[in-house]
Amino acid sequence: MAVTNVVLAGLGGQGVVKASDLLSTTAFSSGLQVKKSEVHGMSQRGGSVTTDVRFGKQVLSPMVPMGEADFLMVFESSQVDINLGWLRPGGVLITPDLIPEGELKNRKSLNVALLGAASMVMDFSEQEWVAAIHHCFPPKLHAVNEHAFALGRKLGAELSRPEVIEGV
Amino acid sequence: MASTERLLLSGNEAVALASLHAGVRLGTGYPGTPSTEILEAFSLIGGPAQWSPNEKVALEVALGVSFAGGRTLVTMKHVGVNVAADPLFTAAYIDLTGGLVLISADDPGMASSQNEQDNRHYARAAIVPMLEPSDSQEAYDFTLAAFELSERWRVPVILRMTTRICHAKTEVIPGEPRPSDMEPHFERDIPGRVMIPAYARPAHHKVRAKMEEIARWNEESGLNRIYPGDKSLGIIASGISVMHAREAAPDATVLALGLTWPLPMQMITDFVNSVDRCIVIEEGDHLLYEALTVAGLRVEGKPEMYRFSELNVSRVRRIIAGDVSPEAPRPRGKPPELCQGCSHREVFEALSRLDCIVSGDIGCYTLGVLPPFEAMDTCVCMGAAIGVGLGLRHVLPEAEARRVVSVIGDSTFVHSGLTGIAEMVYNPPPTGHVVLIVDNSTTAMTGRQEHPGTGRSLNHEPTNRMDFVAVCKAMGVKNVEVVDPQKDEAKFEEVLKDMMARDELSVLIAERPCILAAPLIRKLEKAEEEKRCAGSCAAAPVE
Ligand SMILES: Cc1ncc(C[n+]2csc(CCOP(=O)(O)OP(=O)(O)O)c2C)c(N)n1
Ligand code: SF4
Repeated sequence: MAVTNVVLAGLGGQGVVKASDLLSTTAFSSGLQVKKSEVHGMSQRGGSVTTDVRFGKQVLSPMVPMGEADFLMVFESSQVDINLGWLRPGGVLITPDLIPEGELKNRKSLNVALLGAASMVMDFSEQEWVAAIHHCFPPKLHAVNEHAFALGRKLGAELSRPEVIEGV
Repeated sequence: MASTERLLLSGNEAVALASLHAGVRLGTGYPGTPSTEILEAFSLIGGPAQWSPNEKVALEVALGVSFAGGRTLVTMKHVGVNVAADPLFTAAYIDLTGGLVLISADDPGMASSQNEQDNRHYARAAIVPMLEPSDSQEAYDFTLAAFELSERWRVPVILRMTTRICHAKTEVIPGEPRPSDMEPHFERDIPGRVMIPAYARPAHHKVRAKMEEIARWNEESGLNRIYPGDKSLGIIASGISVMHAREAAPDATVLALGLTWPLPMQMITDFVNSVDRCIVIEEGDHLLYEALTVAGLRVEGKPEMYRFSELNVSRVRRIIAGDVSPEAPRPRGKPPELCQGCSHREVFEALSRLDCIVSGDIGCYTLGVLPPFEAMDTCVCMGAAIGVGLGLRHVLPEAEARRVVSVIGDSTFVHSGLTGIAEMVYNPPPTGHVVLIVDNSTTAMTGRQEHPGTGRSLNHEPTNRMDFVAVCKAMGVKNVEVVDPQKDEAKFEEVLKDMMARDELSVLIAERPCILAAPLIRKLEKAEEEKRCAGSCAAAPVE
């Protein structure tokens, strides 16, 4: 039952849900089963948002159990501590510190940049990711997001994969 | 549509697609998390859909569609079913014509609701069949099955979803469209549709008999599945709990109930007898456990602590292990707050400065209860602001009574504020009363839907607009004023203060579009204007 668990967390308006759409689309079009779940409802901007993305041969519950995330991606530094509990021992933490201030033309594409970094330690090809960007964004936003994604890949080159834990 | 097509859809989108494939003639509903996107998605893919002012009206319109022979979908959140309960309970007695499927979107854990009521109770209480999908594929399949079930037994069918079904995206492989071959037409059926006691008495017997038949049919309906496994542990579950349970106990044998009311009792009995230990895993109340226990089956339920909030894989593991030790608290994030620039801010600042006792209501503006405003004293259900405010005014000592203001949103006012105004005019408190309608030209809370007060339909096309000022005056309210609380902040506070000082009935409308809705509203208004201009220019006589 090799399911990959990803938790994405941030604040409303940061594109957390968009990022999770992008990740799920990539995983889904590569042929895997995907479940993506989030709690949304409130229109207002600014509150915490977390979404769960799970993919693999067979995925049952749409929710990542606490302490079982292989990847925790946090889009806002103030949200790192409260979300650490999702990450399993040996899992990969990705935070906004990876993308230094000023590197991005538009800080709004931080979500895609962080996915670019994460993509370095996930098993999907660059083409699959780019196809998903095209699928999830309107044409006028393709270039800016592809740029952010490429930047993320460069800055994420040093990340290491989640540790495989024996016997789990 | 090719049957090998794989789609990644939310449960809501899956219901919308299935409704299109079922040939739904009209979808109705009222917004409410987590159900809102169903009608929006249905409209987006070409289905005829409209928002009603509230859930009761939505269901009544749907009943008319059914009587005319058309298939119809009605969507609402769990508490919406309370509003629609009156027509629902009698609709069950009536022989429907076109299939009618009511979506009840429950919110265990209250991600965005005022209570976590378990609407499985409604199937039993109203005598209607209920289906509970466990993922988007089942949401698609069960919606189609629900229409067929509804037409075959001529009963309304409830499809009960929950937040994790509505908003989770999972794979769907759609099938071929399966519309009904009925063409809408009118056929008179007085004893079947006119529920006077003489016709309702036999109708009650009839619906009980229908349920017995459906229960027998359900034994082989194909809507309930057994996932085989080790016989030492059997689990009975429905809805999202099926997924949590299969993951938490991968070796167990699982009976996943899909048509959860009326229950397939023989199938369940055989299942219970086939395993050594049998646990019922259900989110919310202990309904299934109780039904099976009453039937004499030896099943285990869950400890009381798991009645509250959502289930998940960890909690199901704990239930199976009988673990009742305290649970680790979930991480508490940053709570939502009114957007910067939201016009509700100035309103609550004024209410706070004037030291009002605020009888509040539900919408974005409920956030006026949080710091820095802390300017809301009650919030019960949609529309309650007015009635509760009046009750306070009637009984409080005069000095306190004067401080009471009812605050209600524009969508909420249309939903269930009008009867409150009727009450106010009919039974005015000695100090009068002040109703403050915070009109931001949208249903902001649920993602900015149109409503009768915006003058635009579900897909943002122009339609008749309900005029709040004219309505309040016509109903007998003496003072009605409209002020922009952001542009004329000082005037707003002055008018409010003045209204509170009088022994009269007043309605103050704080009118200013929600800043998230404003760009679209401006665009739509501009397009309307251009269309009107083009029309009148074209119609102008050639010189
Ligand atoms: C019976 C019922 N139906 C639906 C809802 C969901 N809901 C809560 S508030 C609301 C309307 C909010 O709109 P409005 O009154 O205009 O206030 P706004 O959010 O725009 O400030 C809705 C649809 C509910 N709580 N109860
Ligand atoms: S979504 Fe609109 S109404 Fe709601 S808080 Fe933001 S600006 Fe205010």
